[in-house]
Amino acid sequence: MTFTAMVLKMSEGLGRTCAIFFLTLLFSLPLGMVIALLRMSKNRVIAGITRFIISVLRGTPLMLQLLAVTYGPYYLFGFNVPRNKLIPVVIAFAINYAAYFAEIYRGGIESISKGQYEAAEVLGYTKLQTFMRIILPQVMKRIMPSVTNEVVTLVKDTSMAFTVSYQEMFTIGKQIANSQTSFLPFVVAGIFYFVFNALVDYVMGLIEKRLDYYD
Amino acid sequence: MNGNKNAPIFAVNNIQKSFADVPVLEDISLSVEQGNVVSIIGPSGSGKSTLLRCGTFLETADGGDILYNGEYAMKDGVYVDKAALRKFRSRFGLVFQNFNLFPHYSVLKNIAEPPMLQGVSREEAEDRAMGLLRKMGLEGRERAYPSQLSGGQQQRVAIARALAMNPEILFFDEPTSALDPELTGEVLKVIRQLAEEHMTMVVVTHEMPFAKAVSNRVIFMAGGVIVEQGDPLQVFDDPQEERTRQFLRVFEK
Repeated sequence: MTFTAMVLKMSEGLGRTCAIFFLTLLFSLPLGMVIALLRMSKNRVIAGITRFIISVLRGTPLMLQLLAVTYGPYYLFGFNVPRNKLIPVVIAFAINYAAYFAEIYRGGIESISKGQYEAAEVLGYTKLQTFMRIILPQVMKRIMPSVTNEVVTLVKDTSMAFTVSYQEMFTIGKQIANSQTSFLPFVVAGIFYFVFNALVDYVMGLIEKRLDYYD
Repeated sequence: MNGNKNAPIFAVNNIQKSFADVPVLEDISLSVEQGNVVSIIGPSGSGKSTLLRCGTFLETADGGDILYNGEYAMKDGVYVDKAALRKFRSRFGLVFQNFNLFPHYSVLKNIAEPPMLQGVSREEAEDRAMGLLRKMGLEGRERAYPSQLSGGQQQRVAIARALAMNPEILFFDEPTSALDPELTGEVLKVIRQLAEEHMTMVVVTHEMPFAKAVSNRVIFMAGGVIVEQGDPLQVFDDPQEERTRQFLRVFEK
């Protein structure tokens, strides 16, 4: 296999890598907010259960969670393993990342001073208006560096889909490496991830800049 | 909700408040008539701020009455429902010690958005905001963000923001305590100007000369009770209670 052929073959999986990446963000970013709000609920039972779920999601390997979501239904209920593995892969990624985002959101929300809520209350803002107009925009700005960190990690984590043989770029690379007994596919994969993350850094930098209209 | 024309703008009767069984307010009663300026002085921990925060519903009082224009917002320790409480909020403005401006909003938006959320048109809200900025001596600063302003300027924006809601009474919770001494004057000047226009105000303050010059009535609080109140000249120059004399001596140095 020529080097060019190898690169071409691996790029065929890039679409799937991107699918995991974008779909995970699409679902985990909002889901993280829901989890954060449940975690901060005044109802102790809800807050406690959410806290436990977060600790399980953060305290066990993503790889294990991928296997559980993909094959768990088969072992537990005898359901067929889905033909399109993108579905379980995205479910596992989205839930796992949502747990991390939830803790980032929570940190951001809790860092906003009580005075902001009080000022809004006295000025007649409803709870929803206070959150959407006063709190959330300030939280977004504060948490951007941490979110960027997670997004960069996600790019690299997509490679874990190989554990359930989802044919994304790294899985293909690993198969080529095995059949050709070559280390080269891993080098190619490394370059792919590095370039991908350079783009991510650039885009996140733009977003941070846009949020930087005040101190 | 126009209330009784002859009733005081704001009144509390026998208000009580404890934090974890420690009483902070014990049977406090006071009323503020239209156009009056009432200053509340006293050592820290005396309950001055808590009184203001109970009156503005930021703290929940444990007992007593709170009235605006003779209408009960709380009666015998029971508050009216949330919707009614919201209407009461539109009657007062509150200026905080730490300004609490919205840092992600321009000065103009800080002042104009709250009325807009109550249904005032953008044009009218922004006109009103610009007028208030002029009055506060902050003309031309409407596009600035709070962090670009000095503390004194920020506090004047906060006063404009409170005034933009057309409150019947304005509460100040130690409005100059977070300011450098040289910035205190510009904020006090604005409050003094409002007093001259007969804005009804309650000012919790440590600025004794200011309280003496501007107030119609001074209330001295200590240990959760009103120790002494009356005409500012009398309270400052001829205090009747030993506790008041003791407190005022500190400021004579």
